[in-house]
Formats: sequence, structure tokens, C-alpha cells
Amino acid sequence: MSDVATTTSVPPADPAEVDKGKDETRRVRRPVNGKFIIGATMLSLIVLFAIFGPIIAEFDPRNSNNPVLVPPDSTHWLGTTSLGYDMFSQMATGARTSLMVGIVAGLIAVTLSILFGVIAGYVGGLTDEILTLVIGVMLVIPGLPLTIVISSLVPGRSGLLVAVILGITGWAGAAVVLRSQAQSLRNRDYVSASRIAGEKPLRVIGVEILPNLLPLLTGQFLFGVIFAILGEAGLSYLGLGPTGSISWGTILNEAQAGGALTRGAWWWFVPPGIAVALVGCSLALINFAIDEVINPKLRSAPLEARRVRKAKAAARAQKRADRAAKRQEAKA
Amino acid sequence: MRYIGRRLVIYAVTLWAAISLNFFLPRLLPGDPAAILIAKMSRNGDVTDAQLQSIRRLFGNPEASLWTQYIEYWQQLFRGDLGTSVSFYPTPVTELIGAALPWSIGLVGMATIISFTVGIGLGMFAGWKRGTWVDHIVPSTTLLQSLPYFWVAMVLIYFFSVQNQWFPIIGGYNVFMFNGPEWSWDFVGSVAYHAVLPATTIVISSVGGWLLGMRNMMVSTLGEDFVVTAEAKGLKKRRIMTTYAARNAMLPSIAGFGVALGFVVGGFVVMETVFSYPGIGKLMITAVRGNDYALMQGVFLVITLTVLVAMFITDMIYGLIDPRARQNV
Repeated sequence: MSDVATTTSVPPADPAEVDKGKDETRRVRRPVNGKFIIGATMLSLIVLFAIFGPIIAEFDPRNSNNPVLVPPDSTHWLGTTSLGYDMFSQMATGARTSLMVGIVAGLIAVTLSILFGVIAGYVGGLTDEILTLVIGVMLVIPGLPLTIVISSLVPGRSGLLVAVILGITGWAGAAVVLRSQAQSLRNRDYVSASRIAGEKPLRVIGVEILPNLLPLLTGQFLFGVIFAILGEAGLSYLGLGPTGSISWGTILNEAQAGGALTRGAWWWFVPPGIAVALVGCSLALINFAIDEVINPKLRSAPLEARRVRKAKAAARAQKRADRAAKRQEAKA
Repeated sequence: MRYIGRRLVIYAVTLWAAISLNFFLPRLLPGDPAAILIAKMSRNGDVTDAQLQSIRRLFGNPEASLWTQYIEYWQQLFRGDLGTSVSFYPTPVTELIGAALPWSIGLVGMATIISFTVGIGLGMFAGWKRGTWVDHIVPSTTLLQSLPYFWVAMVLIYFFSVQNQWFPIIGGYNVFMFNGPEWSWDFVGSVAYHAVLPATTIVISSVGGWLLGMRNMMVSTLGEDFVVTAEAKGLKKRRIMTTYAARNAMLPSIAGFGVALGFVVGGFVVMETVFSYPGIGKLMITAVRGNDYALMQGVFLVITLTVLVAMFITDMIYGLIDPRARQNV
């Protein structure tokens, strides 16, 4: 029965196969992804702003000797706050804090998720049971409220501490994915081979497993960064962020407290939100590009659908042309 | 049955861990947090007896051993005693939480359901229309997701409450017209009117996630053989899209929806603060600002419990609707 099925299905499938092969090579020659370019450009602009912004800013972010609540003009590019702080300097300094918190927290989260997820999936057995339980607990305990509780219990918070808190509370979701991936990788032949060859578990994880998880890890790091930047903004907005430093979140906090909303000072509260959104958006776009690399279905399916539609459209056009030709003939 | 038993064990352990964390967290902190706190509070004014008591209860009686305190803590929990609030002295914490819960569940729950329905619908459509112009619009939903949701709330307030006075700035109902919650059509109307902006905030910031997840699952499902077969059979497009593809593509989203419902109580803390919405989130911030540790712990416990219960129910339902989940425990 199955024999019949295969023999009958082979001939018509063949041309498509050839076609697909051609497409494959064409795609290899075109490795850059539009989403990646847009995301990477946006991200580098923001990073450049964080690096050079504070240098080119003319005013100290805490200098209040400026006119109060000026809309953006040529001296104060992004206007000033109700205390006379220059918004451009505030945004530039805030960019450093926010990005730093995001990157550190992202790194911590990825490290923890590797530590728990990969080891649980690779080692298995009782270790797996225990580590999975830890992951499960961290997954259930709600992150933001926990962060709020911890932050409120610690009186003086540096940016680094906030990053650590955000990193510790935000790794569980990634660990779940890593665990299942490591589990499936463990049973691949090349991993078994290196294990039988007598490689130590650490080396197997480091050399055979982690490189294969790299695209996934990158994606998780990017999400960790977004999560942390959003989290820091939220915490700072509540007044529980890094004490004494300027971040995009603290600007929003001051804007709310300073009545930016009721006084119509849009230049005070709009830029920080946009900045956070741009960072998040750029990272998400890069992540999209990575997703399409590791999950070929996401990339090929739309292309295939497009091909089918084009073929259909072509057939329709052909039919129309035929009909028109026939009509012409009939007229003649 | 084995599946359910196993899940039950995991949830029981998680519950124990969450409650213990709630107990140990204040005690694990470096230094003598109780002393620091009392010093900090006395700087801002006199420390009342109630506050001292609450702090001692939270950070533990220095004389009693950690173990005795732990046992005591559990005993109080079983009696349903979460302590007394300091900022609303002498109201018990349970009463405050009970009053705030319906607000959070009503508002965020409603908004989550709306957001899920809209997101799944649009995602189904976007997945179906793969390979067309829709593909280019899909990435822009990440912009919505990347917006800090409390900032969305601020912008909405700016446009719809300050620039144009269409909607109220803060609150859950009109406090000038009503002394407290009551059962009348006027009150329900007032609540709905006050809920428009907060609900819009939630929908704006969460719809993108549903849309994207559904769209990606839809794209992979549409590539499966059974969909091709359905197409080859000449079934109606609508039928293939809904009963063949979407039904299967929705599974992960349903799991996500269950989890999202769990976060209804504690997921939008900052948004509730922006709108001064009388829900659990605002209660938590009030507790934090007032150094009201009993209230803070109680709120945190309730938030964790809701997530736990929602996840458990989701797990059970998911086991029913997707047999594969039961297989690989």
C-alpha cells in the first residue's frame, strides 16, 4: 500500500523538488535579512546615542539653571523639565543606565537559564527532577511583584543591583525551552559519540551542545534585555529603581510627579517611552531574523505560499489572455 | 491519572516554595533589615506600635528560633490570618485584598479576554495570508509589544483625559457620585466608563504577542500534510482555515492564555498605579510606599496563588485538549 503511494507520488513531486533546490541556493547567496538590517541599524543608533550623547550634550543632566518647561528648540533640543533639567542630557545619561541594566540582567538571565535548563536536560535523572522543580517555582512566582518586593526591602539600590534582581527573576521561561532542546540534543548521535569517546560532561555541554543552542541563546538574551529594560523602567517609574541615578524610567517617574501630563509637557514623557520601545523593537526584529534562520518553516512557508499564489495568478492571466485571444478570433 | 498526580506534586512543591520564599526573603537580607527599617521610618516620623509589631512579625522575633517562627507563620496562614495592615490600621490584610481583588480581576480579566480574542483572530488571518503584504505588517506589532505599558497609559491619559476631557484620569468609579461600590446601573456605568482607558492600555500592549504567536503557529500548521490534504480534497477555504489549521495552531496560545489569566491579578501593577485603579497592583504599591510589610506579603502571596491556580487549571485542560501533553510527562 505504502509502496504504491510512494511510486505514484514521486513523479509529480520531482519538478517541485528541483525547483526547491534552486531556491535553496538562491537563498544562500542572499544571507542578509531585511528585518535584521533594520533592527541592527536602530540598535546601533541607540547604542551610539548612549555612548556619545552625554559627550555632545551641552548641559549637565542635573543642571537646573535653565528655563523651566521649554518645548524643544535650538538650545534645548528636547526641551526642559519642570526643574529646568535639559531633556537631551537626561535622555543620553538615561540611555547608559537603561542599556547597562538591560545588558547585565540579560547576561545573568541567560547564564542562569543555561545553568538550570541545559544541565537539567542533559544530565537527566534526579538532577533533572530537582532543577526542573526550581525552574517551575521560578516560573510560577510572578517576576515583577517579586522584583518590587525585593527592591522595596533593599534600601540603597545601585543600577547593578537592580540589574541583578531583574536577571534573577527573569530566567525561568528561557530555561524551560533550553531544557527541552538539550534533552533532544542529548540523544543525537554525535553527542552520544563524544560521550562514548570519554569526554567529560562539561566538555560535551560546552563543545557539542551549547554551540547548537547558540541561535536560541541569542534570542533569549535579546528577550532578557528587553524584559530587563522594561522592568527597570517600570521599577523606576514606581520609584523602586536605581537610587540616585538617571534612567528612562526615572525620567517618566519625575514627569508623572512633576505634572507633565496636566501641564501638556509632551516632550518630557514621550521620548523615554519611545526610546524604550525602539530598543525593544530593534532587539525583537533581530530576534525575528534569528527565528527565521533556526525555524526554516517560518521562512519557507510564506515564500511557498507566495509561489503558489503567483502560479495561480499566472494561470488566471493566461486564461484571461486565452479568452481574449479567442474573442479576438471570433470577432475576426 | 499519573499525569494529574505528577502535576499535583509539582504544584504542591511550588506552593510550598512560594510561601517559604515569602517567609525567608525578608530574613535572608544582609545586615539587620529590621533595624535599618525602623531607623528609616523614625526619620520620617514616629513609628507606631502597630508598625513595630508588623516589622517584628515580618523580620522575625530575634529571640525565637527561625524554625519556631516558620511553624508559627504556617499556623497563621492556615487560620487565614495574614496580619494587620499598617497603612490602613487596623484593617486586616485579608479584608483589604478581598476588596481589591474584584477590581483587578474584572478589569484585567476582561481586557485580557478581549486582547486574546482579537489577537488570535488577527493572527489566524495573518497566518492564512502568509506571503502577502500582511507579512510586512506583522513585525510592526513588536513595536506595540515593546512599548512600556504604563507609558501607553500615560500617553492615553494625555490625549483622552487632559487634551480632550473624554475619559476620567484616575479611579475605578466616580468617587464624587458614589460613596462606595454599590449595585446600581449608574455605578456599573461609571465603572465601565472608568475602565475604558485602562483596558485599552492592556489591549494595546498585549495584543501583539497573541497575534504574533498565533500567526507563527498558523504558518507552521498550514505547512502540515493534513492541511495540504484538506486543500486537495477541495474543502472550503474558510473551513480549512478555521477547523483544520486554526484549531491546531491555537493550542500553544490557549496554554498561554491560561497563564495570562493567572497574571491578571498581579501582572499590571504599574498600570493600576498610573490610573490609581483600586486593584491589587495599587494596593501593593501603597504597601510598598507605606512600609506596610504585612500587606505587601499578603498581596504577594495572593498574586502567586492566583498564578499557581491558573497554571494548574491550564495544565489540566491542556492535558484534555492535547493528548500529546499527557504522553510526555
